[in-house]
Amino acid sequence: MRKFLKTLSAAAVLSLTAQTALAQEEVVVYHWFEYLPQSVIDKFTEETGIAVVMDTYDSNESMLANLKAGAMGTYDVAVPGDYMVEIMAGSGMVGSIAEGELANKGNIQDMWMDVPFDQGRTYSIPYQWGSTSFSVNKDVHPGNVHNTNLIFNPPASLSGKINMLDSQGEVMALAALHMDIPQCSTDRDQLKALNAMLLDAKQHWASFNSDTTKDLLVSGDAAVSMIWNGYSAKARSEGANIEYAYPDQGYLVWMDNVVLLKDAPNRANALKFMDFLLVPENIALVTNYAQYSAGVDGVTPLLDEALRTSPESNPRAGIKAEFVQVCDQATQSVYDQIWTNLRK
Amino acid sequence: MEHSKGAAGAVTDTYAKERVWLLMPTWLMLSILVVIPVLIMLVYSFLTKEFRGGVIWEFTFAAYDQFFFDRGLFGDEPVKIEWTYISIYWRSIWQAGLATVLSLLLGFPTAYYIATRPQNSRAVWVFLITIPYWVNLLIRTVSMKFLLRENGPLNDFLLMIEVIDEPLRLINTALAVQLGLFYSYLPFMVLPIYASIERYNFTLSEAASDLYATKFATLTRVILPSIKPGVIAGCILVFVPSLGAFLAPDLLGGAKNFMIGSLIEEQFKGSAGNWPFGAAASMILLSMVLILLMVFSRQQKKAQPQGGQ
Amino acid sequence: MILYAPLVIVTIYSFNDSKSIITWQGFSLRWYFDMFTGPESAKFKVAASNSFIIAIVSATVATTIATLAATAIVRGGAARYRTASLGLLSLPLMVPEIVTAVATLIFFNTIGFSRGLTTIILAHIVFCIPFAYLPIAARMQGIEDTYEQAAMDLYATKRQTFTRILLPLMMPGIISGYLLAFIVSLDDFIITNFVKGAGVETLPTAIFGAVKMGIKPNIMAISTALLLVSVVFVTISYFVAKADNKNK
Repeated sequence: MRKFLKTLSAAAVLSLTAQTALAQEEVVVYHWFEYLPQSVIDKFTEETGIAVVMDTYDSNESMLANLKAGAMGTYDVAVPGDYMVEIMAGSGMVGSIAEGELANKGNIQDMWMDVPFDQGRTYSIPYQWGSTSFSVNKDVHPGNVHNTNLIFNPPASLSGKINMLDSQGEVMALAALHMDIPQCSTDRDQLKALNAMLLDAKQHWASFNSDTTKDLLVSGDAAVSMIWNGYSAKARSEGANIEYAYPDQGYLVWMDNVVLLKDAPNRANALKFMDFLLVPENIALVTNYAQYSAGVDGVTPLLDEALRTSPESNPRAGIKAEFVQVCDQATQSVYDQIWTNLRK
Repeated sequence: MEHSKGAAGAVTDTYAKERVWLLMPTWLMLSILVVIPVLIMLVYSFLTKEFRGGVIWEFTFAAYDQFFFDRGLFGDEPVKIEWTYISIYWRSIWQAGLATVLSLLLGFPTAYYIATRPQNSRAVWVFLITIPYWVNLLIRTVSMKFLLRENGPLNDFLLMIEVIDEPLRLINTALAVQLGLFYSYLPFMVLPIYASIERYNFTLSEAASDLYATKFATLTRVILPSIKPGVIAGCILVFVPSLGAFLAPDLLGGAKNFMIGSLIEEQFKGSAGNWPFGAAASMILLSMVLILLMVFSRQQKKAQPQGGQ
Repeated sequence: MILYAPLVIVTIYSFNDSKSIITWQGFSLRWYFDMFTGPESAKFKVAASNSFIIAIVSATVATTIATLAATAIVRGGAARYRTASLGLLSLPLMVPEIVTAVATLIFFNTIGFSRGLTTIILAHIVFCIPFAYLPIAARMQGIEDTYEQAAMDLYATKRQTFTRILLPLMMPGIISGYLLAFIVSLDDFIITNFVKGAGVETLPTAIFGAVKMGIKPNIMAISTALLLVSVVFVTISYFVAKADNKNK
């Protein structure tokens, strides 16, 4: 019993010190897992003297759930994807950055300044962007890979060897491109056709998984897998004989953004952190690590040769690319139901 | 669990006076940190969903309606009973049940074996059972997946010793999920059984054999009744968490079909973002398990008088 | 032992020279050096010590609470209490983790409790209780009260009876309960991730991302080291116990 009391009091002391140790200048970053290399964090602290306190999440929605459950006001910045920025802005969860507060704002590439989810970049800056499509094992399917039929209406050689992302938004959006209908369609016939098409395609799919897509392709457990471009590049470098598809029907693009949160406890430091990530040398470190693309001018020459010339980072010319769109509530509930039908 | 002095399964009132004080920490801890959150979720299940996560403070039955009634894709068809979620629940119960049976079949002999070891090596065995669980569940499940792969070590081995002619398709099957659940929760079966069997007086069973009881009769008449609480505890600890598990179904089963765990998780962490529905689904799960437990403990009470003979 | 089969894989691949577990590129100890000198070594060290503090404290408190509760329920008469308490005690088991996580976070925020080690420990104690309680109660139901009656007949106080007679008899149940609570706490990710707050990492939250994004050999190395530590720990305690027995 005495021993137990000792451990207990030791733990109590420890937890107290853990809380008082936070008196130093800091910025609290809510970020994806494995997306910000330690070297970049160290560089920031070295340059500014500001400590980076990290917390991590594994999906846009779990970040949103955490913030909505009351964690707002404890984080300075978060890194939501494009559609999530729009949702957060709609719920009044973002702070605002006045003109001139970000010294390096001019570094943002023109094409990423007036994005639909943040016109003129008043609360967010680009972090990384990339594309979502699928990769095909060339040993199993030596032919042309650039067609969405390979996942929604595959030849017998690929049937039963397909992995889909476990992500409603991305599967639905790619399905919409496949059928050449708008993403947030309200046309009943189109929606019924979409529902039927997906149910029919499901028999060819082996699994839904977002986390191990790379391993599935490298090991050969899946011959086709929906995948993000940077991931596909990593799978290829680990020995998978695969080709990343830019389907004739179109592919998806996404962008993760550093967002200043409302009620940020260390707002000034958060702005310094954002400024830091707009410096080409710094964001290039992230890009080389994550193998996606930065939205900042002057990064390209700083990238690894292999990444600059990789087929995953250089789309085929003339192919349609779309963001995943945010539907209104009524439409979304139909899409939710199609997704549930698919998974029942 | 009936009041029966002296016999195995002794429930007495020795500490009746101190009862309130002994229970105080439990009641305090659980009512503050479990009952209140459960109540929060109960309230949430009757609120209107905020689009993409969160709730709006307006009372509605919408979440339960969605669970039980089907109004077609666009919500304007005649009302039918919704089978989608019921079948998801049914599938999960079935899976968890099979995993529990599997754990019991393997866990019981293991516990028996450990309990019959000499005194000082028992502790080592108990630790040996739990040590694998110092490694994170996610890593264990991923390794399991690797093991079961079509060209994985298990198939290689079976091919080598020529038990099978072509690789078994294990991954992305229900069997893989059950194996995963079984593997995730085995110690939860072994340890409670061990705890109740260890105490078991083996001289008593020797006495029974001396009286020419067959081994089988010894097992069923003498040993089983006295370790029943341990078996029940083990079954609860495997079955209930298995119901809500999602790692094994996701990674080993391919996640083609929702399970209770993944369905609820999708409401909070996935794009569905429907908190009231997630809350309602958990409340339904909760009441289901509670009813199950209650029916079970009632039957126990009825069974006890005969069991004590 | 089937239990160890997946772990053999973990161990083997921790010596893999490649960056991914799928391909084997030769034997190497680099991931073990990486564990101590790599850029993330500091993070893992803190995370590991946090995890152990949390697991030890929560398992200890949960086991103590569960032992008291088991005494009250099994030895406290009043059958009516029993069903209600059993329901309450297994409640944490029945609520899916994500729901507990969100609800607990809402609760902590409402009462203005800031997140940190303390919130993690509180949350862990709660979901450890059923895992500790069930084996202990199962054990206690198997103990005949003749021993206690005998002790009391010999004028032992209730307290003496409890500590000298009942507690030692319950030990296997208590140890089982403690170990289960310990591994459950050590393993928890979802609830911890929600209630931990920024800057606090436990082993599961520190490695989760690394595992999800394709398990890497450095994680395998950490896991193997953890296994090694625990095996050494058990071996030592075995020999200590043996030596103890000899001295008697």
